[in-house]
Amino acid sequence: MSHPANATEFLKDQAKAKWHDETLWFVRDKRDRISKTIPEWETLRELASQIKDHVLANLGSYLEDFERNALKNGIHIHWATDAEEHNQHVLRILQEKNCKAIVKSKSILTEECHLNPYLEKHGIEVVDTDLGERIVQFLNQPPSHIVLPAIHLKKGEISDLFHEKLQTEKGNHDPTYLTQAARIHLREKFLGAKVAITGVNFGIAETGEFVVCTNEGNADMGVHLADVHIACMGIEKILPRRKDLGVFLRLLARSATGQPITNYNSHFRSPARGKEIHIILVDNGRTAQLAREKFKNSLKCIRCGACMNTCPIYRRSGGFSYGSTVPGPIGSILSPGLDMKKHSTLPFASTLCGSCSDVCPVKINIHEQLYEWRQEITKTHGEFGKGLSMKLASGIFKSPLAYKISGSLMRSALKTLPDSLIYHPLNTWGKSRNLPETPKETFQQWYQKNRS
Amino acid sequence: MKSPSLTVALFIPCYVDQFYPNVGVATLELLEKLGCKVCYPSGQTCCGQPLANAGYERDTMGATRHFIQLFSGYDYVVAPSGSCVLHVKEHSPTVPGLEKEQAALHGKIFELTEFITDILQVDQLVGKFPHRVGYHASCHGQRGLRLASSSELNQTPFNKARKLLENLEGLDWVELGRTDECCGFGGTFAVTEEALSIRMGKDRLEDHQAHQTEIITGGDMSCIMHLEGIATRNGQKMKFMHVAEILNQAIS
Amino acid sequence: MVSKEQIMSSRERILSAIAGVPSESKKLPEIPAFRLAGDLEELFATAIMGNKGEVLSKEEFEKWLPTMHFSKVISLSNHFKTHSTHELPEDPHELEDLGLAILEGQLGVAENGAIWMEDSNLGLRALPFITEHLAIVLDRNKLVETMHQGYDLIGNASSGFGLFIAGPSKTADIEQSLVIGAHGAKSLRVVLI
Repeated sequence: MSHPANATEFLKDQAKAKWHDETLWFVRDKRDRISKTIPEWETLRELASQIKDHVLANLGSYLEDFERNALKNGIHIHWATDAEEHNQHVLRILQEKNCKAIVKSKSILTEECHLNPYLEKHGIEVVDTDLGERIVQFLNQPPSHIVLPAIHLKKGEISDLFHEKLQTEKGNHDPTYLTQAARIHLREKFLGAKVAITGVNFGIAETGEFVVCTNEGNADMGVHLADVHIACMGIEKILPRRKDLGVFLRLLARSATGQPITNYNSHFRSPARGKEIHIILVDNGRTAQLAREKFKNSLKCIRCGACMNTCPIYRRSGGFSYGSTVPGPIGSILSPGLDMKKHSTLPFASTLCGSCSDVCPVKINIHEQLYEWRQEITKTHGEFGKGLSMKLASGIFKSPLAYKISGSLMRSALKTLPDSLIYHPLNTWGKSRNLPETPKETFQQWYQKNRS
Repeated sequence: MKSPSLTVALFIPCYVDQFYPNVGVATLELLEKLGCKVCYPSGQTCCGQPLANAGYERDTMGATRHFIQLFSGYDYVVAPSGSCVLHVKEHSPTVPGLEKEQAALHGKIFELTEFITDILQVDQLVGKFPHRVGYHASCHGQRGLRLASSSELNQTPFNKARKLLENLEGLDWVELGRTDECCGFGGTFAVTEEALSIRMGKDRLEDHQAHQTEIITGGDMSCIMHLEGIATRNGQKMKFMHVAEILNQAIS
Repeated sequence: MVSKEQIMSSRERILSAIAGVPSESKKLPEIPAFRLAGDLEELFATAIMGNKGEVLSKEEFEKWLPTMHFSKVISLSNHFKTHSTHELPEDPHELEDLGLAILEGQLGVAENGAIWMEDSNLGLRALPFITEHLAIVLDRNKLVETMHQGYDLIGNASSGFGLFIAGPSKTADIEQSLVIGAHGAKSLRVVLI
């Protein structure tokens, strides 16, 4: 998979690409405006960053605290080293409950573990209940954004889809009408499910509780009607204290969508009478990332999606162009840790403009890690051609004389070569851009004549 | 304004030397007008940024060693490029045996506008430039060197280049729709992600066009080269100048 | 199937992998008491409105209620005891046709309109979600400035379930157009007492 090829494809539909850019820019702009109403915004970011750094430095003991307290609260805890084991845990619980159909609210972790196809293979019907996720599930697509899963689709496409799947009126594009149809469809699923799965936004070590945030209320509709709640949680989701939530809940929704808080912020501490809560604690590459000194703090991510909304690349290439579960800037520093070969072009899908690092509510130095991944990727399997030409260039940079010769050669070549050759399709720079006009002398030459 | 009797060494990025000698000349003349003793150490090469950003920082050891040896003896090093200064300060590898010289050098190398506002402590320049000017904030200067506040942060707005430009008589400053969005140059990104690079550049130009920019300026000719290349290809009539060229012309 | 031994060993494997990572000590910061200036009631009402809810007085609420002709209402609020048409069932599935739930909140946060509720306020955890319309009764003296003061007040009270609710169920998943009433309550009315 190659990001440039996917981006080029995405940009072919210029009107849609422009719409995508403007829609996400609108979200970023909302985030900018609301963040500027909080005088202590930058202090909150710093606090959140320090709390997460502290957690990562003490992850083992906090996980043990969390587990001990959760067990005391009557919650079942399962540990999974990888996606496969996570999926096995889920399946085992479903089989024990003799459950054939589940509802699931948004969980990037279950996407990462490819839980849906795994369960479907074992005869379980999985219904994603977040509206955006239900839409992409109908289309057999993954989410293209971690907060706005169906942001790549226009309402006309959703209308056609709902006409086919939910028998809505053909040609009715009204979002309220379409949402109402989904409400009716999903209400039936909520009422019928014995087991509900959610993700986890935060796990609190000192109380053993965990917090799930939604605007739709779909996580709660699922779990409070079901007998069993399975919460899938990456091991990095821990916060030490309940009061830390004050910092993170102030940052999360404002960063994600520019709203002051999500409308539902549920704190699960112990199951209701006669019901069960299971937490699956998942590693799946996280301890390996923790061991990479330069990249460990990518684990501070709270999945707000702000770096996607701000990224000029993401906005113009769409989430699918990344070919990874978590797309965008944060995905481009997480994914190479999972499969460097598959995701080798992602750290290069950036101008290193740094906007992602400045919006990040936990101050992950995303663009610096993109730079560092580039250094790693070229070490292990740089494309041979690129490596070679860069090596040649290195030789040139080392020698002033060589540089001067090749420089003036380049300049005279530009002067004498016909445009047809300079702007040959193989010359990528010149495909849609002119080259600068070649001056009659370099600055060095001018300086020698005029100042020395 | 301070008038340092110290010597400023000009660091002229390789592509400026080759393609935009006038920017080098303007930088030199401007600093001289501001009372600096300026010299241009000969034997300058590329600082190694394109290589480092492409993932080959380790291969820039030679260029970096050369850079330190060439510039260590001066009081200040000034470049008309935020991007190259950022590279030298943050992305050049530590050179064994030259650690002390390298650290000292990082403390005295500056991008042009920050040198004028922070070191020369110039609050405003007197001059005339009767044009409608749109500013392109190049990302490495903006978010790397913090030459201007970034729109993402909750901070008191500032912009070092604007501080120097906006008081020039007749200069009409353009407020853009997106004040600091990347233009899509990005070094090798310009060719490895060509389609995106062009789209991003076109979008920046549209923003300027929608706000009746007459001259696009900036602190990095690499971004300007990219934007100008797209504009001229598409017959857009905007003009392009480096900040140094405007300032040097305005205060003469 | 995964055996018990394997589960144990996964736990050990993860914890020992973490233990094997050298880490420097990083201090856990104390959280300053960030304040919010202004009239709390006004700020709270503005925030609720922004979240697409509504703040009413007791009188306004009592005027509104009969206009809706709800056939099924459950009130757990001492202030509106008589409005209940049905008892709380054992099984939340029976709430499927509930028109209105009237519940009491413990505290409200002025900066964002979030209202804290616990099991003791909810009767059934599904109640504020499954009901078609939701009203929360809140003591106006229980308004705090920011989330920090909110959590200070909650402390480590050990309800099995607790919830900050800030508005009705909403979504913008179709072309970013805001729609109220995705899965849960289609409206939120906060009655300040």
